[in-house]
Amino acid sequence: MADRTPGARIHDFAEVDSGLTPEEAITEAERCLSCKKPACVQGCPVEIDIPAFLSSVAVGDFLAAARTIRENNLLPAICGRVCPQEVQCEGECILGGKETPVRIGELERFVADYERGQGMAVPEVAGPTWKRVAVVGSGPAGLTAAAELARLGHEVTVYESLHEPGGVLVYGIPEFRLPKEIVRAEIDLLREMGVKILTDQLAGASITVPELLEYDAVFIGTGAGLPYFMGIPGEQLPGVYSANEFLTRVNLMHADRFPEYDTPVRHAARVVVAGGGNVAMDAARVARRLGARVSLVYRRREEDLPARRAEVVRAREEGVEFVLCANPVRVLGDQSVTGVECQRMEMCELDLSGRPEPAPVPGSFFVIDADMFIEAIGQGPNPLLIRKLEGITYGRRGNIEVDDEGRSPLPRVYAAGDVATGAATVILAMGGAKKAARAIDRMLRDTDPEQA
Amino acid sequence: MYRVAESEELADRIFLQWIQAPHVARNARAGQFLIVRIDDHGERVPLTISAVDGDLVRIVFMAVGKTTRQLSTLRRGDSVRDVVGPLGRPSDIRRYGTVAVVGGGAGIASTPIIARAAAEAGNHVIGIIGARNAGLLILEEEMRGICDELHVATDDGSRGRHGFAADVLKDVMARQKIDCAWVIGPAIMMKVTSEATRRAGVRTFVSLNPIMVDGTGMCGSCRVTVGGLTRFACVDGPEFDAHLVNFDLLMQRQRTYPEEERLSLERYQEHTCRCQEGDHRG
Repeated sequence: MADRTPGARIHDFAEVDSGLTPEEAITEAERCLSCKKPACVQGCPVEIDIPAFLSSVAVGDFLAAARTIRENNLLPAICGRVCPQEVQCEGECILGGKETPVRIGELERFVADYERGQGMAVPEVAGPTWKRVAVVGSGPAGLTAAAELARLGHEVTVYESLHEPGGVLVYGIPEFRLPKEIVRAEIDLLREMGVKILTDQLAGASITVPELLEYDAVFIGTGAGLPYFMGIPGEQLPGVYSANEFLTRVNLMHADRFPEYDTPVRHAARVVVAGGGNVAMDAARVARRLGARVSLVYRRREEDLPARRAEVVRAREEGVEFVLCANPVRVLGDQSVTGVECQRMEMCELDLSGRPEPAPVPGSFFVIDADMFIEAIGQGPNPLLIRKLEGITYGRRGNIEVDDEGRSPLPRVYAAGDVATGAATVILAMGGAKKAARAIDRMLRDTDPEQA
Repeated sequence: MYRVAESEELADRIFLQWIQAPHVARNARAGQFLIVRIDDHGERVPLTISAVDGDLVRIVFMAVGKTTRQLSTLRRGDSVRDVVGPLGRPSDIRRYGTVAVVGGGAGIASTPIIARAAAEAGNHVIGIIGARNAGLLILEEEMRGICDELHVATDDGSRGRHGFAADVLKDVMARQKIDCAWVIGPAIMMKVTSEATRRAGVRTFVSLNPIMVDGTGMCGSCRVTVGGLTRFACVDGPEFDAHLVNFDLLMQRQRTYPEEERLSLERYQEHTCRCQEGDHRG
């Protein structure tokens, strides 16, 4: 299951590796010490019983392993690929001290892929409660909430504004990191469970807020889709993209196959990406695959890069040049981008996140020639729907304020995922969505006189 | 899939279509737009909602690029893959007093729905529509039916006044007090016309048409500079205070894909030619 060579990878959008073989999976799972108090489980945001699934893998019962994972995680093929395992389960693995941690993420992916290869069983659905729930958004949070609510017997309708369901899983994360076929398989499964998924429906517009509130409960999982811009001169020039736009054009609209597909993306020989998170790595690696030389400019140090470790390693293997401790200050060009002026940064005292606060070094300007500049400096919650919800309260970043179980101050309205937490990970969105779905279920049963 | 209920060529290369899209029609208001994607390979194209009738929404567009040409070939009974909307904020319709609604070229498409809403809000509505020549002038009768008075101008004088819509507006403003104006058309027409209203001190809205992808605030492709701030036309607009808009940056960003647009159109035309030859042989 060795990674394909970087030279081969940058010419297509296929996955970096084909995953573990059954033999490799068994050997890797056998390394688990089956700790009495498994730290890995505490490191997992959705508390998968990791030792139990590993022991099933070790004896070759992959479907039993899949069942164990699915008790806590409805989207294992996705999480196995995109979770930052090094700061979650694998980061806590006791073996990490003297050798390397068990490769839990790859094993999760293996088990999920194996299960899909066998034809996925439609999860059992409880008898109908005759309660109707609207789920807004079909990204990780919306899909998880929909699956959980459907399983509990509620009638679920998902509203998606794009033409394809999946949210960030289809428009944001590139094919080479998460094949869309996997997302489609999960969505097909949801449909088979009776979930109605409506695309082209913008909540707050195609369906109004009062109409949404006619449902017995509303779950909001609209994510953090609003891209931030740096606010530097030259940002309006053609050739400047938010990472969201660049990735959406390629991942969702297939601009890499223009003109077979109608949506274009500019051809660039030299690309500068600003940012150090997973989105920045995705944008950089997509730009490589479109044939550009790519420099990634990040204002802090290598060890501060918030991206998943594996993506940093792979980006570098694929020839992305890292320009660290630097920050873009101006986009150069008259009619179109010709370069990006950056400034060196020095690391000062640690900030609240435990990372050093970067400060510009006076006079230390330098220019990177470029004909495209991609900003991947973060996203906030899309205010389109939530600004129409009277009675909602907002956090510092425009996120909906909810309690531990996703309850908003508005009765019967729940939220989870990035819209509630600010931009975070797929797995945290799923964890939050599951809690919210269970809280919705309890609320619906409590308010039903026949079941009280 | 969304069915095309009616398709008509209004003028040379300007088409009018009614599309059955109940989810858009039932909540659409003046000034909003929708996004169409013709098929699975299609791009997402924003178009103003020009009128609403029951389950139907009306779009009016000029067939210039690949997608609009392809769209123009659709006939009654054909369908498009996706229609999303209503998008953007509605026009800020209030009782201003006397309102001028000015449309240029294909931008006239956006004027009836605004003029009607302004009239219903109790305004005295003066319509001004202009085009290059009489053959390109659209929706004149409809506007005449809605507006309290309607002025027509053509660049070549083949109908109405010889000149631009902006010239007519200047005359109107010189004669009487205008409390608010809407100016909709090509970016350069909106720029020039809103210079005139700025000098006259008339509050003016323009409807901006930058390149979009999702149309829901997710990509930032449609960012425009308004009053020195970056705003997204799709969610903060499409209508903005004309006197705060940086039209030069808008026009520059509209020219992001000249090569790609040419290539896409050429490929489409070659393809349709081949198909037609095939038809003749068959």
